[in-house]
Amino acid sequence: MYKYVGKSVMRGIAIGRVYLYKKSDIQVTDQKVTDAAAEKERFLEAVDRAKAQLTRLYDEALQNVGEDHAAIFDVHKMLLEDEDYLETAAGEIESGYNAVYAVNQAGTQFAELFASMDDEYMRGRAADIRDISQRVIRILLDLPEEEINSDEPVVIVAEDLTPSETVKLDKKKILGFVTVKGSANSHTAILARSMNLPALVNVDIELSDELHGKTCVVDGFEGEFVVEPEEEILSQKVVRKNQWVADLEALEKLKGQDNITKSGKRIDIFANIGNVEDADAACEADAGGIGLFRSEFLYLGRETFPSEDEQYASYKAVLEKMEGKKVVIRTMDIGADKKVDYFGLEPEENPALGYRAIRICLDREEIFITQLKALYRAAVHGKLAIMFPMIVSVDEVQRIKYIVEMVKEELASEGKPAGEAELGIMIETPAAAVISDRLAKEVDFFSIGTNDLTQYTLAVDRQNQKLEGICDTHHEALLRLIEMTVKNAHEAGIWVGICGELGADTELTEWFLKIGVDELSVAASAVLKVRGAVRALP
Amino acid sequence: MRDFTYVIKDPVGLHARPAGLLVKKAGEFASRITIESGGKSAEAKKLIMLMGLGIKQGAEVVCRIEGEDEDAAHEALAKFFEENL
Repeated sequence: MYKYVGKSVMRGIAIGRVYLYKKSDIQVTDQKVTDAAAEKERFLEAVDRAKAQLTRLYDEALQNVGEDHAAIFDVHKMLLEDEDYLETAAGEIESGYNAVYAVNQAGTQFAELFASMDDEYMRGRAADIRDISQRVIRILLDLPEEEINSDEPVVIVAEDLTPSETVKLDKKKILGFVTVKGSANSHTAILARSMNLPALVNVDIELSDELHGKTCVVDGFEGEFVVEPEEEILSQKVVRKNQWVADLEALEKLKGQDNITKSGKRIDIFANIGNVEDADAACEADAGGIGLFRSEFLYLGRETFPSEDEQYASYKAVLEKMEGKKVVIRTMDIGADKKVDYFGLEPEENPALGYRAIRICLDREEIFITQLKALYRAAVHGKLAIMFPMIVSVDEVQRIKYIVEMVKEELASEGKPAGEAELGIMIETPAAAVISDRLAKEVDFFSIGTNDLTQYTLAVDRQNQKLEGICDTHHEALLRLIEMTVKNAHEAGIWVGICGELGADTELTEWFLKIGVDELSVAASAVLKVRGAVRALP
Repeated sequence: MRDFTYVIKDPVGLHARPAGLLVKKAGEFASRITIESGGKSAEAKKLIMLMGLGIKQGAEVVCRIEGEDEDAAHEALAKFFEENL
């Protein structure tokens, strides 16, 4: 038995035989040719044929895997039209080298350019350059395109897979992936995720021929690749795999189902997201909408404030992805522990009780106004709701509404189209919960942020592990505040949701339905689990 | 010579897909078109170099256009950035 570790890019467990996917060694020599003009002609012809292949692959992929995955072939075709690339290869031929050598040189040179960049996405593009070069070289050498020949489904073990290889693989014949190279953004990783198959990258394994055909386990939970597992290990993995498959199947069956109890009580289940890409996971999990879109990602990890246009593009992207489903965007909750240098915030004794979120927005209105303008402009692209965090008083809400009106007028005077949005507040301070009867008259909805509400109600720092015993998320005081908030919301005729971690606590699902919560917003990965809990209720 | 400045809004920056589209758009004009960002520059008609600039969301880019059809190119490219990036 041999055990290797790697970076898991997709969870799950695969058990089967190794299929060693090795590219046939292509011998590149720096042999010179006598007729450079003819060799150049041969090169250009190979490029044309490669482009024709790519056009065909694009059309095939469009049918089989959709536009998102097919796009890679369009990009490859454009890379093969790049003047610098073509000129570099042509230059080598003109100095007498054979075409295979010339293409290999150009491919290596430009792949290195990408491999040395500091951006992970761009580093991944080195694989694309190598891919197009391989394609031209294979045509020059008259080699067929490589395929997997196996009767049974197998675990693909390879140095790395090129984009064209990943798209071409017969999906029915694959159990999982193990690659020596690669990253979380590699094509192997993306494909594995889209196919829901376990995959490991960065596995330090020597690809010797005897590996081929051996029994192996790919454990995407533990990041383990085991070749010829001992009986005991194998039976453990089988148990884990069966559990995983059963869970997946059970959850999969819940897609498209309503969030309704046996007696016919319904509740909305939305997803919490932290950036634009997360919206895909929310759609995949069949969430009814986005209940909390944390806008902080726009402000973090940069040197200057995000512009109105930049914010607009991100909000618009999420609204469009959700295709008319409700999207609740929370205005920025920066401050205290989430420090951003360019905000110029001073250190504080008690950050959680400090200058953060709406307190900054109402003090430095220019930051707030930019975000509101971007939000209202994006509102034309879907069903938007805007939510304000850390509210403690009616005055704050009235001030917010005044600024909102100002923003709408400003957009109108600038001639920028703006849409409509529901306005709501987070109930995450005991103060807001206690005066929720008055706050409810000011807004269209409430969303109870149970994480902060717990810490403020119980006076417990969530990060302090010593206090775990005191941090009782089912504390009666907390539950009474939630119940009171829900009652006050409904008396004023507005809807109320839960967007903290408590929303995914299935021990409370029955109680949430009983007190009349309208919506639960949970991590995308918990949407189906909570749906299952709702449907199991009497 | 015409030029304009633009701040990239696309969350993933100037990645392969839009860069390819930009090359196609730039190719429609005879003018020499360069893109500058972060102290580096590349011709807008050359995909690899353009991607090599590693332009991310929030980056400021300057697009310079010089040639006989620079006015038309300026208008078309400004529109292209606005709609795609």
